[in-house]
Amino acid sequence: MLHTVNKSPYDSSSLRTCLSLAKSGSDLLLIEDGVYGALSGSVHSDSIAEALNSLKVYALGPDLKARGISEDRLVSGIQVVGYDGFVELATGNDKVQSWL
Amino acid sequence: MSETKKFMYVNRHAPYGTVYALEGLEVVLIGAAFEQDVSMAFIGDGVFQLKQGQDTVDSDMKNFSPAYRALGDYEVNRLYVERESLEERGLNEDDLMPLTWEDEDDDWAEKKSIHIVSRTQLADLLEEQDVILNF
Repeated sequence: MLHTVNKSPYDSSSLRTCLSLAKSGSDLLLIEDGVYGALSGSVHSDSIAEALNSLKVYALGPDLKARGISEDRLVSGIQVVGYDGFVELATGNDKVQSWL
Repeated sequence: MSETKKFMYVNRHAPYGTVYALEGLEVVLIGAAFEQDVSMAFIGDGVFQLKQGQDTVDSDMKNFSPAYRALGDYEVNRLYVERESLEERGLNEDDLMPLTWEDEDDDWAEKKSIHIVSRTQLADLLEEQDVILNF
């Protein structure tokens, strides 16, 4: 299953709830304000790093770029994808769960 | 003009996911015409508004971050950023846009507009205000 999170983890419990329910082997894509959850050195970095042990975690490049976050500032192991990658993740999984 | 009041605009939202940041910035720039004592505070996700390097070319949104550079020309030259909010987000002062203003009382010397303050200092600043507007 593909999980998407579009809210800042500082403003919403979406990321925390997603991480608590996503099964091992799932994909997680951070989009819109959700990409703030990908920043290294933050209070959320450890939970993302831990999630990377069982999930593949992606962040949407155009949303990172809009917010001035360069790839070298992300938690190690997060893959940056474009809109084409978003489509591939959505079509490659049997379901999409959008944590709004 | 009647007596000058102390206005503080408190910004607590990230720039693109909601419209708060853009609306707040527009109100500050319009309100600057009323010659009050204006400052801005950036707390929580509001600190992301000042992140340098914002580039919306690939996401088809309006990049309004250059408009923060105009604040100094409108005598909005005290932008207080809460240090704890930066640290929680893995950011520091170098991640923020280098916003400046020119001080006409000091031979137009270019001075920094952004002041990093502690949570305790920010609480005191809020207490000093006559009017607080939230975005």
